[in-house]
Amino acid sequence: MFGWEFPPKIYGGLAVASYGITKGLSLQPDMETIFCLPKPTGDEEKFLKIVGMNQVPIVYRDYDYDYVKSQLPSYMTPEDYYNYRNHIYADFSYMHTNHMGCMEFAGGYPGNLHDEINNFSIIAGVVARSEQFDIIHAHDWLTYPAGVHAKMVSGKPLCIHVHATDFDRSRGKVNPTVYGIEKDGMDNADCIMCVSELTRQTVINEYHQDPRKCFAMHNAVYPLSQDLLDIPRPDHSKEKIVTFLGRITMQKGPEYFVEAAALVLKRTHNIRFCMAGSGDMMEAMIELVAQRGIADRFHFPGFQRGRQVYECYKNSDVFVMPSVSEPFGIAPLEAMQCGTPSIISKQSGCGEILDKVIKVDYWDIHAMADAIYSICTNQSLFKYLQEEGIKEVNEITWEKVGLRIRRLYDQLVG
Amino acid sequence: MAKTICLYFEIHQIIHLKRYRFFEIGRDHYYYDDYENERSITDIAERSYVPALQALVDMAKEHGKFFKVALSLSGVGLEQLEMHAPQVIDLLQELNHTGCVEFLCEPYSHGLSSLANEECFREESLRMKDKIKELFGQTPKVFRNSSLIYSDEIGAQVAAMGFKGMLTEGAKHILGWKSPHFIYNCALNPNLKLLLRDYKLSDDISLRFNNPDWNEYPLFADTYMDWIAKLPEGENVINIFMELCALGIFQPLSSNILEFLKALPQCAKERGITFSTPSELCSKGKSVGNLDVPYNISWVDEERDTSCWLGNVMQREAFDKLYSVADRVRICNDRRIKQDWDYLQASNNFRFMTTKQNSVGMNRGIYDGPYDAFTNYMNILGDFINRVNTLYPVDMDNEELNSLLTTIKNQGEEIEAKDRKIEKLQAELEKYHPTEVAETAPDAEAKPKAKAQKPAAKPKAKATKDAKAAEKPAKATKATEKPAKATKATEKPAKATASKAKAKK
Repeated sequence: MFGWEFPPKIYGGLAVASYGITKGLSLQPDMETIFCLPKPTGDEEKFLKIVGMNQVPIVYRDYDYDYVKSQLPSYMTPEDYYNYRNHIYADFSYMHTNHMGCMEFAGGYPGNLHDEINNFSIIAGVVARSEQFDIIHAHDWLTYPAGVHAKMVSGKPLCIHVHATDFDRSRGKVNPTVYGIEKDGMDNADCIMCVSELTRQTVINEYHQDPRKCFAMHNAVYPLSQDLLDIPRPDHSKEKIVTFLGRITMQKGPEYFVEAAALVLKRTHNIRFCMAGSGDMMEAMIELVAQRGIADRFHFPGFQRGRQVYECYKNSDVFVMPSVSEPFGIAPLEAMQCGTPSIISKQSGCGEILDKVIKVDYWDIHAMADAIYSICTNQSLFKYLQEEGIKEVNEITWEKVGLRIRRLYDQLVG
Repeated sequence: MAKTICLYFEIHQIIHLKRYRFFEIGRDHYYYDDYENERSITDIAERSYVPALQALVDMAKEHGKFFKVALSLSGVGLEQLEMHAPQVIDLLQELNHTGCVEFLCEPYSHGLSSLANEECFREESLRMKDKIKELFGQTPKVFRNSSLIYSDEIGAQVAAMGFKGMLTEGAKHILGWKSPHFIYNCALNPNLKLLLRDYKLSDDISLRFNNPDWNEYPLFADTYMDWIAKLPEGENVINIFMELCALGIFQPLSSNILEFLKALPQCAKERGITFSTPSELCSKGKSVGNLDVPYNISWVDEERDTSCWLGNVMQREAFDKLYSVADRVRICNDRRIKQDWDYLQASNNFRFMTTKQNSVGMNRGIYDGPYDAFTNYMNILGDFINRVNTLYPVDMDNEELNSLLTTIKNQGEEIEAKDRKIEKLQAELEKYHPTEVAETAPDAEAKPKAKAQKPAAKPKAKATKDAKAAEKPAKATKATEKPAKATKATEKPAKATASKAKAKK
């Protein structure tokens, strides 16, 4: 597997999903996963084999065993190092390498991202020649070139996992380079797993892929740990809180949330609104709130991390995700785990597997306002969505996702 | 007794609610989607009611008195037809003239009042009875509740209204080893006969007729009648109940369902099977025994209970909120509120909110899903309840309110009667003594009084009747004796004047 993010280092949803998928697969006894990361921290969980691409040599260096051992992090043995070194397939001495013959990665999403993607795929060639495996699985466009390269080298089937497409990120105005990489990856893939039917349709229609090799593979959630479950729900019998939580950016549709809030606040007085997160549209939103004259009941607590996120969910009576285009969107599932009813846009992929949520069109602020009002005023609806929501979301597990992925693998191999 | 078929069709369409946002609460008191109402009823009339009723008329004409059928209409459905599809009413009249049809009674609103409020249930049922009498000249003797909802208690209430029989579902969990092909009676009142729907034979037509995956497909009339003829000896009453729109909507006309229907009487005749109306069965047939139905049953879904209307907490909240104002609506005189009350009660509104996965024949109308339906309905209900509450003070007890209203009403009528009396007396006085009114007044008063009192006494008697009816709930709870007193107080002068009048005569 090629991935770009993995916990504990989390940049976005990709890390969580990569973890979930590998963990789900690891529950199958006859399944072994090698997960290639540009720059692991060394603190990753040990249920799978992590390969740090910044430790794989591409230029031949001859050091003795003890020296190599002293230079390598704990998750990699000198045997691995020698094994990779013996499979260097071309002269890369012109590349910028360190004394071990490896390339450095900045990790994350630096300015020279395209160089890193290219380097990643060069090293993937070495790994593909050294390791034994049956399937190549590449997560998101950053690793598609690596996946394609590994397929060329090994002849094993390539499976790519589309967590998002550039169409979602850019509202149609795609970056041609990114599109090129995505399209090339998909063209070469034997199987395309998309995180929702919505994404699958994008892949089929915008990237012109054969529907027969595209499958919807919805994400799941991990059960909450006990200390998160124990966060109390504050008493809101007097005043209700409606929350938006996510990056404040065009893709997430924050302006629709503000407009709906303005509609609700025109008629009611016991509801507060909260827009947690940060992003490029934050200032515009603060301005819009002031323009609508609702700033006294509309709050911006800023970016939430870790436990704060769950405290925020628990302190809400309604969670709203009005995304304009959301490949999957894990936030409503987390809110439901915390017992908070969710309103999501129909343009969200997670809506395909959720029933106990209210779905509205992202642009339909009247419907959104109506739904917010209804949950806040009708206790029965709140209770129903809360209780049934927890039941529903508990049924959505990575283990089941792992089994579905396995079925596709079996088809590819056999 | 030979085998006999009791064929019954139901006609009901709701008044569709419009998209009603909470911003409109308090501003807009019109809740209905006129376009959708007209569109849906014309469509259903065209595709189903008209051809189906035409077929029934043809059958009645061809077979004379041999063919019999029963029909019932909900009040709201009838209003829809009157407004948008009067040709259906004409056809019903034509069918009525053949003498082969019996009209049954059902609650006006097609709602769930039988589960919530006895008075409300009684009122709307009797109103429907009058409406049927007015339209078709028949007084219904047999009752069918909305969606055939039945329990022992409902049966007792229906019997108290004066009906001889009632239709309900031959639900398996109620019948157990018993067969629906007999007449039973209500466990709480043996005078109320029960006719049980044979769901297998009924659903063969209404649910499966056009299903090519069904192993009996295609079904022909003679096969169908053979099944009935082959039923065990003694099982003589075959009740086939369905909605009229099964013919044409659930089963499209292209499936030749009407040809099937038209062939039934002939095939029945060949096998010695007759047709009967529900009231014939109830008056002639003998009950084989009590049927205990402690919990509510209906003809809907696999469970045959009320779960599709009241299965989840949202539905129950909407239901409780709606019927919390039932008494106030009943005692008020606001026509628009009464009308909205009928429309809002229709059970379909609750069905839209169901979260059951496998509801049969589910159509959510304009709603995206159960939450959407619930939100919309609660918004409308919010406005409606506000309107009801503005009629009377919210913090006043229903019973207290009721007694005050009765007093006011009686006093009003008394004053009115007295006014009329004074007017008449004065007129008479002027007639006899156009000039010296003042002088002979005491003398003249005695004579015309006897004459004048008669018409004056009449409305008073009526007033006490009304008051008595209103008195009932108060007595039942023994909370206040005020209304009783109030009626007694008004009763006295009425009686007194009446006896006086007699004496004078």
